[in-house]
Amino acid sequence: MATTDIIDKLAGIEPGSALNSIRGKRVQARENAQKSYLSLFEPIDAGDFSLLERAAVAAFVTGLHGESPVATFYRDKLAATAGGPALLQAIDAEIARGKTSGPYGSFPAGPLSVENTAGLIYRVDAASKAALGNRLVAALGHAHLLVFRPRDAASSDMKALLAAGWSTTGIVTFSQLVAFLSFQVRVVSGLRTLAAANA
Amino acid sequence: MSATVNPPVVFTQDELGWVSWIEPLPEAELTERHFNGLVDRARAKSEYFRLLVRDPEVLEARTKTDKDIFYNVADGLPRAERELAAAATSRYNGCIYCASVHARFASTYSKRREDVQKLLDEGVKADLGERWNAVVKASVALASTPIAFGPDNIKELRSAGLDDAEIVDVINGASFFNWANRLMLSLGEPSK
Repeated sequence: MATTDIIDKLAGIEPGSALNSIRGKRVQARENAQKSYLSLFEPIDAGDFSLLERAAVAAFVTGLHGESPVATFYRDKLAATAGGPALLQAIDAEIARGKTSGPYGSFPAGPLSVENTAGLIYRVDAASKAALGNRLVAALGHAHLLVFRPRDAASSDMKALLAAGWSTTGIVTFSQLVAFLSFQVRVVSGLRTLAAANA
Repeated sequence: MSATVNPPVVFTQDELGWVSWIEPLPEAELTERHFNGLVDRARAKSEYFRLLVRDPEVLEARTKTDKDIFYNVADGLPRAERELAAAATSRYNGCIYCASVHARFASTYSKRREDVQKLLDEGVKADLGERWNAVVKASVALASTPIAFGPDNIKELRSAGLDDAEIVDVINGASFFNWANRLMLSLGEPSK
């Protein structure tokens, strides 16, 4: 492949290692996780969801998972994106405000209600709003919900994004980006844990 | 975007529908680029895939990642246990729709329908025997934020008989459902 495999890079998987050969047994999964990354961060068309917004959401989402090579990677990506340095302070502050433990949230009313778990209902701080702008303010609120309490999602959340200027296609790509990162950060963490157990 | 939605209020192995909260692409507007994104043309009938195909490149890559993680059974973890990881992740995150699909698959491939139902009814702490308990516990640890997967999970999976390639299949399968659950839960809802 022309580009470095991002999961291998973040998980520290070296050519010739045992984990490299195990990863090689799922070539399609490996190549398409990489294509997912490229389609999200180097898209053909960023008209509905700008590269700056993608980098900001990614830094926020991976930062909410705690310090890791993945979080560092996306924070660096934001810093290297045009307009990104101006957002770093606000994103760092919002990560600090948004950190909690999940998943939590409510089930549809009924027998599962006994499993409902309360937790932080995060909203962007007033002090960060000017730097982030309406679209990112709405996006970070929704991204936090997706990370920590996805079962709380409701049709009204879609309406809030639409009202903040997100298109339907933009919402789809934004949701894919947050969901993909939820996958990527876990694969990397799992592979690093396995590698460490073998060290 | 149907007028009547009848949301399930318990986890089930029954077949459920799924209704989008935002507008999928109409079938008549799909182009070759969209069909490439759908991977299987028959998926044009699904509201979920016609919504995701608004970003065809991401959908195509997502779908191919999914298929290899779950359907490539030339080696590694048996399909039943990959589906168990998917069902356990969905149970823990609270995705009734995803859990229904992958619980059914877990039942089909394992022939342990009652144990699968126990997972749905009692939740991720249900006692399903050493091997399945280890897979469920690892999936739950991976689904937690911050991620709680650690050396003890590896130890438990190994003592349950999994080798490293099989453990990577657990990691991939469970991690993938942290992707799938978030789309299914946030873009629409299940309906009986």
